[in-house]
Amino acid sequence: MTAFPLSGYLTTAIFGVVIATTVAGAFIAVLSHRIIRSVAGLALCCIGLAGLYYFLNSPFLALMEILIYVGAVCVTIIFGVMLSEPDEPQSQEKPGREAIWGGLAVLVSIAVFWGVARLSLQSGWPESRAGGVTEPMWSVEAVGRALLTTYSLPFELISLVLLVAILGALVVARSGRKKS
Amino acid sequence: MNAPFVYERPGIYLILAAFLFAVGIYGLIRRRTLIGMLISGELIFSAAALNFMTLNRFMAPDPTVGQIFVLFIMGLAAAEVAIALSIIIAVYRNYRSIHTQELSELQG
Repeated sequence: MTAFPLSGYLTTAIFGVVIATTVAGAFIAVLSHRIIRSVAGLALCCIGLAGLYYFLNSPFLALMEILIYVGAVCVTIIFGVMLSEPDEPQSQEKPGREAIWGGLAVLVSIAVFWGVARLSLQSGWPESRAGGVTEPMWSVEAVGRALLTTYSLPFELISLVLLVAILGALVVARSGRKKS
Repeated sequence: MNAPFVYERPGIYLILAAFLFAVGIYGLIRRRTLIGMLISGELIFSAAALNFMTLNRFMAPDPTVGQIFVLFIMGLAAAEVAIALSIIIAVYRNYRSIHTQELSELQG
């Protein structure tokens, strides 16, 4: 593929860093007590996901992931944190019940992880295309062409959904405000 | 199927997607504020998008389908965050709290 013999191992190391970023971001997002830290964890996780999209042959989606998630979603959540009460409250339950519920949640999530991972590894997928398909099919031009021909109806619908969401967010957030 | 490096095989991406999904479910169960639950929901969205993208890269005959689907998922997630945050702010204005323990008026 390339002249440099160790490039595959170098890429594997970068891949490991990307996966570690994603996993660490997900853990920070779920486990930290300050909400602002978990927003930062979500941003970290999304940066890792952008790297994964890059490894999955789609730099356009990597760019969109950073632009939409880190640039829009996380900033919007930070504004929501500023306008409301940010921190996780102390638990009012007894410590014993707290431990039971925590253990139950861990158990449920481990069961979900085990089940989904086992299902996705053991099901007979069709022959995998490890080498990838021809390069022009992955380009931004192909994506744009498909968006405006085959998928033009969902494309228009999602613009409508976004417009309605903006208007609905304005209406809902405005309605409680007192006139003063 | 004999790809030499781990990033050229679909298994690790699928396991990572399952991991993100499980972490999101754990957050949805354990978080005690609405914004924390919203963040966990975003993790679940990301897991679904990663799964789509993996199957698209390794199995689908037409590689543009998955990218377009993930773009739609991102658009829907952005719309969902906008709506959910406006609802959270409205709730905070009425109750002065977004803790899920205290938003229990309908429970009697």
